[in-house]
Amino acid sequence: MSTDLLATAETEWRLPSPRKVGLTLVILTESSLFTIFVVAYLFYLGKSLNGPYPWEVLEFPWLGSFFLFSSSGTVVVAEHRLKKGDKAGFELWWLITALLGLGFLIYTGAEWQHLIYHDGLTLSTNLFGSTFYSLVGLHASHVVVGLLLLTLILVASVTGNIQPRHHEHIEMISWYWHFVDGIWAVVVTVVYIIGMQH
Amino acid sequence: MRALIPRCWLLRERSVGKSCRTSIVLNHLYTRYSLATRGSGRGWLLVGFTVATFVGFLSSAPVAQAQDSTIRAVQNIFNPLSAPAETLYSVSILVMVVCAVIFLIVGGLLTYAIIRYRRRGPEDDHEEPPQVYGSAAIELAWTVPPILIVVMLVLVTARTIGEIEHHQMPAAAEEIRIIGHRFWWEVRYPKHDVVTANEIHVPLSSRTNRVPTEMVLESADVIHGFWVPQLNGKTMLVPNYRNTMWIEPYATGIYLGNCTVLCGQQHANMLIRVIVDTPDVYQKWLETQKAKPVSDPQTEEGRKQFVASSCGTCHTIQGTPGANGVFAPDLTHFASRATLGSGVAPNDEQNLRSWLKDPQTLKPGCLMPDMQLSDNQVNAILAYLRTLK
Amino acid sequence: MADPATLKEIGTELRPAPPGHEHGSLTAWIQDLIFTVDHKKLGFLYLGAGWMFFVLGGILALGIRTQIAVPNNHFMDAEAFNQAFTMHGTTMIFFFAMLMVFGLANYIVPLQIGARDMAFPRLNAFSFWATFFGGIFLFLSYIFGPGLYGMGAAPDASWFALAPLTSRAFSPGNNIDFWSLGLLVSGVGSITGGVNVMVTIFCYRTRGMTLYRMPLFTWLVLVTMFLVVMFMPPLSAAQIMLVLERFFGAKFFEAQAGGSPVLWQHFFWIFGHPEVYILVLPAFGVISEVVPVFSRKPIFGYPMMVAATVMIGFISAGVWAHHMFTIGMDSFSVTFFAFATFVIAIPTGIKIFNWLGTMFGGKIRFEIPMLFAIAFLFQFLIAGLTGIMLGCAPFDWQLNDSYFVIAHFHYVIVGGIVFGVFSGFYYWYPKATGRMLNKRLGLWNFWIFTIGFHLTFDPQHFLGILGMPRRIYTYQEGRGWEFFNMISTIGAFVQAVGAILFIVNMIYSARKGQVAGDDPWDAWTLEWMTSSPPPEYNFEQLPEVRSRRPLWDLKHPEDPDWKFE
Ligand code: HEA
Ligand code: HEA
Ligand code: CUA
Ligand SMILES: [Cu+2]
Repeated sequence: MSTDLLATAETEWRLPSPRKVGLTLVILTESSLFTIFVVAYLFYLGKSLNGPYPWEVLEFPWLGSFFLFSSSGTVVVAEHRLKKGDKAGFELWWLITALLGLGFLIYTGAEWQHLIYHDGLTLSTNLFGSTFYSLVGLHASHVVVGLLLLTLILVASVTGNIQPRHHEHIEMISWYWHFVDGIWAVVVTVVYIIGMQH
Repeated sequence: MRALIPRCWLLRERSVGKSCRTSIVLNHLYTRYSLATRGSGRGWLLVGFTVATFVGFLSSAPVAQAQDSTIRAVQNIFNPLSAPAETLYSVSILVMVVCAVIFLIVGGLLTYAIIRYRRRGPEDDHEEPPQVYGSAAIELAWTVPPILIVVMLVLVTARTIGEIEHHQMPAAAEEIRIIGHRFWWEVRYPKHDVVTANEIHVPLSSRTNRVPTEMVLESADVIHGFWVPQLNGKTMLVPNYRNTMWIEPYATGIYLGNCTVLCGQQHANMLIRVIVDTPDVYQKWLETQKAKPVSDPQTEEGRKQFVASSCGTCHTIQGTPGANGVFAPDLTHFASRATLGSGVAPNDEQNLRSWLKDPQTLKPGCLMPDMQLSDNQVNAILAYLRTLK
Repeated sequence: MADPATLKEIGTELRPAPPGHEHGSLTAWIQDLIFTVDHKKLGFLYLGAGWMFFVLGGILALGIRTQIAVPNNHFMDAEAFNQAFTMHGTTMIFFFAMLMVFGLANYIVPLQIGARDMAFPRLNAFSFWATFFGGIFLFLSYIFGPGLYGMGAAPDASWFALAPLTSRAFSPGNNIDFWSLGLLVSGVGSITGGVNVMVTIFCYRTRGMTLYRMPLFTWLVLVTMFLVVMFMPPLSAAQIMLVLERFFGAKFFEAQAGGSPVLWQHFFWIFGHPEVYILVLPAFGVISEVVPVFSRKPIFGYPMMVAATVMIGFISAGVWAHHMFTIGMDSFSVTFFAFATFVIAIPTGIKIFNWLGTMFGGKIRFEIPMLFAIAFLFQFLIAGLTGIMLGCAPFDWQLNDSYFVIAHFHYVIVGGIVFGVFSGFYYWYPKATGRMLNKRLGLWNFWIFTIGFHLTFDPQHFLGILGMPRRIYTYQEGRGWEFFNMISTIGAFVQAVGAILFIVNMIYSARKGQVAGDDPWDAWTLEWMTSSPPPEYNFEQLPEVRSRRPLWDLKHPEDPDWKFE
């Protein structure tokens, strides 16, 4: 093959970042997974043969929601700090984010404990119990994963392994964290706002 | 352990409808032929058969006046003998023809391309054919017809669905409840409070004065499917749901069908028999079913044994204290049925004995356990059951 | 075509050998395969494992056919039979067809887009091993499932595990769990694999290869993987629910607790229908490569082909309930899903017509890949049309769960996908091994398998029309089914012979096959630019891609494609 054909012209050639595309796809799949659990919950609303029923036992998770939603803000701040090269600020806000996430988990734990020991609602009690715990549990498990990532980064950063040039990694994690938040918005609407009518 | 089902018992003495004949004859030929010349591959004959049957399908017409004993074993969906089945049949033929035409056109073009544009030897390799990249006009030309066809198909389909699902039942309509169990059919006639199992009697209808039968389909355990092709399409029996479907047979006879949804080990032997009777025969049948069986002293022993061996915890026999179970077929008029175990075998003495000794022989995996009855018990119970006309 | 002389020296200089053999000893080779993260070797692993499962599933199929060859047969009992078709279906769909999809994608896509490897090589290895272990786990049920006399018991609730048959009440023991857990694991593998392939396609194309210039195979794989990413999770979700139900007493589909068996079927088919397109689109892709090359013309109407594929992808998300026409849906839903089902015919038709258009005016070379491709076209046409018959709900009320359905989908899956895969293998085997598959064996393989295929599945249409339901392990004489069942069984064994010939050919040609050279078919996509087999790093240097057929541009500088696109 003659080389002049192999010679690459100077047209510029840009391709999207693998991390971003990858994470976007992961988020798509996860959404699809959650959708099914949401559908199951909605489909079985008011179909349980025996109590306890949602309207009896559910309370709106003000605190939990506050923790999670605000953490979405703090993570953005942390990101900006890193962009600006202010590592201390980054670590501070990152820590706050992690703590808020932890707060959410603790809140959920308390809620479940009350549901199980006070209201006697378990996974196997009725359709509501099964769909409720599976959906909220699936979301909680994602928060746990997010929390692990947050702590990991924090440790890395404190030990000086995170530099402003790692900005994209950080951004990816914050994307994931926003996603977990978005899911929570859906869960709140479906499980509590709609659920408590039944 | 071989089941005691006699060879070909379905085919014994009976008159059959035209379409049935084609296939029955075919199968007899085939069975004989395969027995006669086992192993010798004379494929052309088989091909002959295939063609013959296919012609058989299309050239077959309903048979109006068949004997009651006619066993309609060959349930060809293209030989409908009931109103809804006929509706399905006509739309099916339409769709099939459309598809056949499409196949002929597209298949023809393919064949033409393959022959016309084949490589004609090495000289063809010297230069490539003209490189054509596409043509908007042509693309459009072959996108529009399919769209039109689809529109047509949708309209036809929608119409038929409406016709079948929103059908007005005349007042004379008979109504029955069918409850699927693993692996048998519970049949209830709420209008006449008659309860029976597996053999479903329905009245004959006619185009002039219609007597359709509406069926309410429910399930006691898992999903089952009710399908007697010549009467109507299939409908599933789903636990916690209540499906309905209707039939309107135009010919008497015994229609065979199957459970169509995998429901466990004996799914294959969850057979259906719909017996279409002329109205008067049907009335007579209802009368006999309503009557409580008279207890005659000779079989008193068997009756005792029946209760003693706790058959009664699962089976009901009207007027027999201690026999009121609901887990298994109602045996009140057991002897009036032609088959055992929802159609696995003829209800004769030999099979019944084998069944009582161990149901698992005739229907391995059915939910009736081997009750470990002694021969005397078996004889007694057998005698008793055979009096339950 | 390059002349034999050059071929020979290329061959001697290349030493074609299966991957890893460079490392000498067998143990070293195996070790290499186990720890490899190279997309080509993983491709081999996927395909090898796929054929292994095909043989297993095929042997089960032979068992099924033997049992129902004659009425009242006693070759298998009910239990064994239910396990046989459940395992057959599950294996063939999830561990044969899926592995073929991922195997071809893994091997071919990076080569076609001029990438060095997949985006995430280690993730790639993970995907394969997850899928593979899922399959092995499924088959372990035959050993460790609770069975009579410790015989082991495989899942037996059909490949879509009909609820509530799967609940503890009706399926004690743990054979169902082998189904759900095995498929969960392999499902994770498929999803990560799908993400990986998509990222590779989006982010690692060589200079100048815009989406609009990608080879059609890559395009169809892209859409396929999108379907995997979007529609595998519903299955996983449903399986998670099933596991929670069976292990922790949760209530999802159990009728006694008010659960709805219908919901399970919705969840399964929301995955299930897109799945069938996941399986067939790569086969379409192969055909879209093979037909142009052997007709010596570019694909007709490339933009329409891409558009049609994307349309199929989207529409396929909205037709799932055509598997549930007889479950008692309200007539509006029935009508809607019948409509959506028909609509799929339009983009699919466009594809068929475009392949036709490509052949028109060409100079068709009847090499083995083209033979399989042509058979594919006819068989898929028929299969699609029977699909339309099923899509017409009233017709389906008769045909649902009958052998007509079995005939329909084996026509698509065997007559379509398996033929497509064969075609792909005969087409790319030279690239992957450096040697051609033997042509005489290939012809025998083609004719015997094709004849066997038609003997097996054509009669099943008649069985369905004569009212034979599926999944029955026995039937009585006189229902009019004996004859067609016998033919069908004979056909299955003929197919077996064909399949064995294929396996033999692959093994034989790897050693004795004629040396292929870089570009035996005089093709146009990038994979044919590098050596056969390609080096670890795939390409030494690549031209800037200016059109959909970079090699055509190189071979015909006088009229390159980019002048016309
Ligand atoms: C690769 C797999 C594959 C593919 C591609 C298809 C393609 C299609 N399938 Fe199939 N199908 C299966 C695999 C597949 N199917 C499986 C596995 C099952 C059973 C699962 C089980 O129950 O176990 C099944 C079952 C199944 C059913 C359910 C039957 C039942 O259980 O009752 C239906 C019903 O609508 C259906 C329809 C269709 C249609 C309309 C298409 C269409 O995509 C076909 C489109 C193609 C054409 C129409 C031909 C070419 C078009 C033209 C030449 C244009 C002109 C034509 C017209 C305008 C009509 N399929
Ligand atoms: C990719 C999917 C796929 C493929 C390729 C096949 C291939 C085949 N299938 Fe399959 N089938 C399904 C998917 C598939 N099937 C599904 C999903 C079901 C539904 C299951 C359910 O109802 O739940 C089904 C159900 C099904 C049934 C209905 C069972 C029933 O409802 O009772 C039947 C019956 O004839 C059948 C037959 C066959 C045959 C004869 C082949 C043949 O094409 C097989 C050909 C291959 C071989 C014969 C193997 C050749 C190799 C050897 C013999 C090895 C020799 C040894 C060495 C070389 C070492 N299949
Ligand atoms: Cu009942 Cu199958
Ligand atoms: Cu489908």
